[in-house]
Amino acid sequence: MSEKIVNNFSITIATVNGSGSQTANVTLLRALFKMGIPVSGKNLFPSNIQGLPTWYTIRLSKDGFIARRDETEIVVTLNPTSFARDLAAVQPGGAFFYADDIKLPLERKDISVYPMPVKALARAADVSPNLRDYIANMVYVGVLAHMLGIDLEKIKQALTFHFKGKEGPINSNFGVIQAAAEWAKQNLTKTDPFVVEPMDKTSGLIMTDGNTAAALGAIYGGVQFAAWYPITPASTLAESLNVYLPLLRKKDGKQTYAVLQAEDELSAIGMAIGAGWAGLRAMTSTSGPGISLMAEYAGLAYYAEVPVVIWDVQRIGPSTGLPTRTSQGDLTETYFLSHGDTQYVILLPGSVNECFEFGWKAFDLAERLQTPVFVLSDLDLGMNQWMTEPFRYPDTPMDRGKVLWEEDLEKLKGVWGRYKDVDGDGIPWRTVPGNMHPASAWFGRGTGHDENARYTEDNETWERNMARLKKKYDTARTLVPAPVIKEEDGAGVGIIAYGSTEPAVEEARVLLQQDAGLKTSFLRLRALPCTQAVVDFIQKYDRIYVVEANRDGQLRQILSAALPEQAPKLRSACHSDGLPLTARWIKEAILAQEVK
Amino acid sequence: MATALPVASGPVNRAGLTKNDYKGLPSTLCAGCGHNSIANQIIAACYELDIVPETLMKFSGIGCSSKSPTYFLSRSFGFNGLHGRMASLATGAIFGDTRLRALGVSGDGDTASIGMGGFKHLVRRNVPMTYIVENNGVYGLTKGQFSATAETGLTLKHQGTNPYMPVDICMEALASRATFVARSFAGDPKQVKELLKAALSHNGIAVLDIISPCVTFNNQENALHSYTWGKDHEAPLHEISFVPALDEIELPGEFAEGELREVTLHDGSSIILKKLDRDYDPTDRSKAMQMLEDAERDNILVTGLIYIDTSRPTLLDTFNLVDTPLNRLSEADLRPGRETIEKINAMMF
Repeated sequence: MSEKIVNNFSITIATVNGSGSQTANVTLLRALFKMGIPVSGKNLFPSNIQGLPTWYTIRLSKDGFIARRDETEIVVTLNPTSFARDLAAVQPGGAFFYADDIKLPLERKDISVYPMPVKALARAADVSPNLRDYIANMVYVGVLAHMLGIDLEKIKQALTFHFKGKEGPINSNFGVIQAAAEWAKQNLTKTDPFVVEPMDKTSGLIMTDGNTAAALGAIYGGVQFAAWYPITPASTLAESLNVYLPLLRKKDGKQTYAVLQAEDELSAIGMAIGAGWAGLRAMTSTSGPGISLMAEYAGLAYYAEVPVVIWDVQRIGPSTGLPTRTSQGDLTETYFLSHGDTQYVILLPGSVNECFEFGWKAFDLAERLQTPVFVLSDLDLGMNQWMTEPFRYPDTPMDRGKVLWEEDLEKLKGVWGRYKDVDGDGIPWRTVPGNMHPASAWFGRGTGHDENARYTEDNETWERNMARLKKKYDTARTLVPAPVIKEEDGAGVGIIAYGSTEPAVEEARVLLQQDAGLKTSFLRLRALPCTQAVVDFIQKYDRIYVVEANRDGQLRQILSAALPEQAPKLRSACHSDGLPLTARWIKEAILAQEVK
Repeated sequence: MATALPVASGPVNRAGLTKNDYKGLPSTLCAGCGHNSIANQIIAACYELDIVPETLMKFSGIGCSSKSPTYFLSRSFGFNGLHGRMASLATGAIFGDTRLRALGVSGDGDTASIGMGGFKHLVRRNVPMTYIVENNGVYGLTKGQFSATAETGLTLKHQGTNPYMPVDICMEALASRATFVARSFAGDPKQVKELLKAALSHNGIAVLDIISPCVTFNNQENALHSYTWGKDHEAPLHEISFVPALDEIELPGEFAEGELREVTLHDGSSIILKKLDRDYDPTDRSKAMQMLEDAERDNILVTGLIYIDTSRPTLLDTFNLVDTPLNRLSEADLRPGRETIEKINAMMF
């Protein structure tokens, strides 16, 4: 056996969808995380309830790189359908674990091959027959634990978390894991170099997914109304609201919120806009197909100036696309959503932690600006487990924006105008239903209106109002989260990226310097419209690579339109196949254009 | 909101308001439009019910009918939203301050064509609001196309003859388990007003399908949604009177037992139904459907309270909401305490 390779490899696990393997996979991921090893897990699952092949990749990286890799050193397969493909995927010198009931050719001599008696050990387990298929997945957890050196105590911690402390399932699953580990000890001889060893690189971090974080952020942002319609990969965001709101948001035993499952996305956003108009912190969560349906309502909220927060957990489109694959393909759609001249505030969380932060900040921005605020997450960020900094309590008080109540109208002697720009920032004052002052009411509408919200078809009034809305958008530039900028001394090249691609970009920057001597500076965009810092960054570099997970380079298009004089130096590094971007791809995409 | 309020003059109701306090802007609809008559009855009903205008929210979609909320109750908040989307807008808005009433005005195109899905789900959820459909069988603002409630065989200028079956709004409401379904005729303002008062006092969805003739595009003598046809074919189920909670109910003595039927609403008010030429039980859903079938077959415009169920919980009842209006809760109520963040982080792995 060659020299040990410690905490620096990837594992791919191939199973059948709906067989319960997700529990086993996440248990492995969590155990490695608890051992202090930087890890990431990517679930590549089909749009199917049961039966189709599914893969899960775990990357361990002693150096802290957690982007997806194309290569995999260790493959585990329980699925005869994908067996040949799985076997071919193992890197030379790697290891292949397979269920020994699969009788298919095993022709590779350049890897270590280990059969596992999955069925026999599952049969021997002390569980009812209908649970055997599920618990069978624990066999590979036990075998890998022994063969790689994963701490069984950490595995037990992971199971305890997963089964919420319920001893029955914890013990039966752990029993199989122990039996499998023991079987491996007695029957397998290790011939591969891959091992894990404890580190201390994850202490202080938590592990969770972006949808949970977004829901919690919204709760700390005081969400009062959420309407939603089931859609992959956004459903767990709303479902997490239903899990955590009852824990965090009761007053005298009663709810300070309402969550409603609507009949479609049209109604979901309609309800949220109704609630936003009525003075509530209101949101909806969906994915691209839902955004398409929400287009007409988004325009109404923009023009009638109703605060609302819309989460888009992106999947790959167009159309139904691949519902269980990730993408950053909805940027253009949301930026230009609905007919006529519209402009939206878009937040771009780059980590699970930032999903939490933007979860509450989005409400402050929506209410301050009286406008729809879109938050673009994606399937990778939203549904996969990530190690992340713990959530930080909001560091600013809630900003409820410009609302006039009875006493304010009293002082104004009832004289005010719903769409008057009295402060010069383009943001008018509003009242909300329930205000009992006789001058409080105004009539909301998507039709032409004057400063007093009265219907008008007057051309000058129309244009004046639209100019004020544009001014309001310029005010938004001063309020949205600033980009995160990492400047490198002597860098001639800048990279702009956003969202979940950050780990891959950071790793690519290291590779570019190591392998090609190319120093890069990095701007991670966190919101649209662009702030001055974005303009300054672009101006500073000769060449800017805009890295994104879509086909057309959507951010590059938007930046080119927003900053036409800078457009010639903006180069696209975009790629979209439904999988998270890898550092190697980014490096090669940039180098290919550097040579030109 | 930007102008000084008029000084009250004339008689006042128990809310201390004159009829002027319930007025809206002048109508921009055609002279003689049924919708104007309905707007006037909304004003009268709200005045007679002593509703403070600030405690009522108005909603509408898009179309002639949906313009009308500006023609009544200027002191009420209103939202004229998107075509066919009044249902969702109102559903969310009622959570802002649950002490408020909601009243929506839609049309037959807005409800029965583009908004059918939302309408049926609003009804299914028993959203507490008065939902008026000003039903004229035709698209007015786009100049006279057939709507989904136009009868088969209706011939309109430039449109030819309608080959399709009509949607019956009351039937749709019943099928979706509405808790209050009524039909009326804009040419019968007294009945419209009494039904409106009952609807506004009902705790749940109250669907009022009001045949409201379009004098410009669909008022030919033989048309189902015309004044002439309505006047000739209207067959009220009963004579209806609404009795507010504050009034002593004095049942008129001259009626024999069984001729009067009283339905008590959640606020203590009641609807008195006086029997006309037939027995009709508005609490039996399947009989209500049968009655609508029979009316269609017999070519009559049955009006009155078709169905009522005062027992079903409303959408708001399915939530255990705090007593303070949600839109008046403070940051202290809405943002979990600082101490909770550690617990939440500990709940993550």
